[in-house]
Amino acid sequence: MKTKGRPVKSLMYVPPDGKEPVPKMKDIEFFKHQRLIVLRNRGRIDPERIDDYIAYDGYAALARALTEMTPEGIIAEVSAAGLRGRGGAGFPTGAKWAVCRRAPGTPRYLVCNGDEGDPGAFMDRSVLETDPHAVIEGMVIGAKAVGAAKGFLYIRNEYPLALACMETAIGQAREYGLLGTDILGTGFDFDVEVVRGAGAFVSGEETALLASIEGGRAYPRQRPPYPAERGLWGKPTVINNVETWANVPSIIRRGAAWFAGLGTATSKGTKIFSLVGKINNTGLVEVPMGISLREIVYGIGGGIPGGRDFKAVQIGGPSGGCIPKALLDLPVDYESLKSAGGMMGSGGMIVMDEDTCMVDIALYFLRFAGEESCGKCTPCRIGTREMARVLARITKGDGTGDDLIKLESLAPTVKQGSLCGLGQTAPNPVLTTLRYFRDEYEAHIFDKRCPALVCKDLIAFAIDPAACVGCFLCKKACPTGAISGEAGKVHVIDAKACIKCGICLNVCPPKVRAVRKTTPAIAGAAGSPTSSTRAAASPKTGEGR
Amino acid sequence: MHPSKSELEALTEKSKGQKRALIQVLQDIQDRIHWLPAKALEHVARTLGVPLVQVYGVATFYKSFSLEPRGRHVCTVCLGTACHVRGGQALLEHFERKLGIAAGRTTPDGKFTLERVNCLGACALAPLAVIDGHYYGRMSEAKADSVLAGVRKDGDP
Repeated sequence: MKTKGRPVKSLMYVPPDGKEPVPKMKDIEFFKHQRLIVLRNRGRIDPERIDDYIAYDGYAALARALTEMTPEGIIAEVSAAGLRGRGGAGFPTGAKWAVCRRAPGTPRYLVCNGDEGDPGAFMDRSVLETDPHAVIEGMVIGAKAVGAAKGFLYIRNEYPLALACMETAIGQAREYGLLGTDILGTGFDFDVEVVRGAGAFVSGEETALLASIEGGRAYPRQRPPYPAERGLWGKPTVINNVETWANVPSIIRRGAAWFAGLGTATSKGTKIFSLVGKINNTGLVEVPMGISLREIVYGIGGGIPGGRDFKAVQIGGPSGGCIPKALLDLPVDYESLKSAGGMMGSGGMIVMDEDTCMVDIALYFLRFAGEESCGKCTPCRIGTREMARVLARITKGDGTGDDLIKLESLAPTVKQGSLCGLGQTAPNPVLTTLRYFRDEYEAHIFDKRCPALVCKDLIAFAIDPAACVGCFLCKKACPTGAISGEAGKVHVIDAKACIKCGICLNVCPPKVRAVRKTTPAIAGAAGSPTSSTRAAASPKTGEGR
Repeated sequence: MHPSKSELEALTEKSKGQKRALIQVLQDIQDRIHWLPAKALEHVARTLGVPLVQVYGVATFYKSFSLEPRGRHVCTVCLGTACHVRGGQALLEHFERKLGIAAGRTTPDGKFTLERVNCLGACALAPLAVIDGHYYGRMSEAKADSVLAGVRKDGDP
C-alpha cells in the first residue's frame, strides 16, 4: 500500500464547539488529563493477537519475574509500589500476597475477580476485552510470588465478549509457553481456567465468589479466616480484581519507585473511572489518584449537557454515595471518598444533574440491594427492603417526619448486622443523600413535591397553550389516549387518563417544547389541565430529562 | 422445548461425579434450550452426585437460570444506574405496555420474554436495551417500537 504521509483530516476528532480538528489524542480534552497505564493498550493493540501485546513490552515483566526475581522480591516490589486493591476496599496487594505465601497448606490458588456487578462500572470489562494478556501476565507473576499452580478467572455472565476474549488469550498464552508447565523453561508451572458467573451481584464479594467457583450458591461467609489463609477448598487463595492484576506487569517492568511516584501519599498509581450519566463526554477515564472530582467532571467530562446544573456524582455503586457540588474539589483517593461517606468501589462515577431526584436514587439503590441480598443475614435481607419501603412511601408523597428518623436508625443496624460488604455498605446511598440532600427528602415529605420532577406521584404533565402548535405528535404517541386536540389547535392532557410515562415530553419537538412537567397545584390530585398549565409558569417547572 | 435424554447425557457426561461443575453444567443446558426443565435438573443431580435440593438451590439463586420456558425473542432492558438516570425505567415500562407483560414474564404465545438486568456494562450508551443479542444504545420509545415491529415481522427464527 502506498502512503502519502498526509494526515487524514476527515478521521480526526472535532470538538463540539470547535471548528478545527484535533490531530493528536494527547491534545484532545478528554484524553489530555488522563494517565493511561492499565488502559495503555486499549485501542492500540488487537486483543486477539498475542504478538501485538508482546510488541508493546508484553510479557517482559513475566520474563523478569520468572528469571531474575525471587517470590519475596516480587512481593517486596508490589508492596513498595503501594498497590492497593482496585475492587473497592483498597487492601494492600503486597500484604495480601505475603499472607498467602506464609499460610500453611497446598495447593495455593489465585483468583481474578471479574464479576463486575456494580451498576455503572465497566472498566473490568474493557480491560478483559481490550488487553486480556495484561491480566494473564499479572496473574502469572502473582502465582510465582505466592507459589500457586492454578488460577481461576471468574467473569460475569453478562460479559460474553470478555469471556470469549479471555479464552482466546489463554489459548495463545499456552501455545507460546507462557502458561502451563515449565513456563519459559524456568520449571515454573501455572495455568488458569475461566469460570463463568451466573448472574448474582453478591458473587462479587470475595468469599461468595469462592463459593460460586466451588459450584454452590454464592453465599458469603465470616472473615477471618481471610481467603489468603483459607480460600478455595480451604486452601490459601489470593483473590484480586481485574484492574489490580492488570497493574502488576507495569509495576514489575517499570519498578516500584515509578508507580509510587504517581498518586497521593496513601493511594498510589492510577484508577479507572467510568464517567457516565448526565455528562457530555462519557467513557472510561484513567487518572492518577488524588485528582479532584471537578477536574474529572468539568475537565475530562466536559461538564453537563444542555446547560443544566451539576447536582451530584454517585461514586462506588450500591456501596458508595452521592457526593454533592460543595465537595467537587475533593481529591479522589480511598481515604477522601470514605470520609465523604462514599467509597472508591469499583470506580463507577455517575453524574447527576438537577433533573435527578436524590430520593429516587436512594430508592433505586436500596431496591437493588434488597433484590441482590443473598438472604443469609436478616438485617441485610429485611433491613434493605424495609428501608426501600420507607423510601418508596416518601417518593409517593405519603412520607412523614418519622420516616427520616426510621431510615437513620435502620441504617446502622443493617451496616453492623451484616456479614459481608453488600449489607455493610447498602445504607450508604441513603446516608449520603440524607446528609447532603436532606432538603429534597423534606420537600417530598412536607411539601409533597419532587424538586427534580421525577417521582411520578408528585408530578403532572401539561401542555403550555402558548407554545403548542397542534402538531399531533404527542397525541399520536400517547399510549393511553390521554391527549385530545385538533390539527393546528392547542392539545390538552387529561390528567385522569395520564400515566405519566413522559413520551409526550420526549416527542414534542425541541423547537416547540410545549409539554411541561409540573408540580400539581394540590398534591395527589393532578388538577385540571389548565390549572397545571398555569402552574407551569411557577418556578418549579422542568423540561427534558 | 424439552431436551431428549441423549442430549442431556451429552451435556452432562464430561462432568460425571464432579460437584464443582454444577453451575457450568446448568449453564450449558440453559444455553442449549433456554430454560431448565425439572427433568433436566433431576438428571444433573443424578449424574453429578449432587442432592436435588442443592441443584434447585443453585438454579433458583442465580438470575441467568430460568425454570420456565422462555420466549423465542428475548428483550432485555438495562436498569443500571446510568440507564436509570437516563430514563431506563420509563423504557422498561414502555416495553411492558407494548408486549402486554410484566418484566420477567413471557407472552402467552411464547414469542417474547421481557427481562430486566442490573447493568450490562455499556453505560456510555445508556439507556440500553438488548433484543435477541443485539445491543441498542441511546434507546428511545420510538426506536423500541421500530425494533419490535421488525422482530415481529421477521417471524420466528
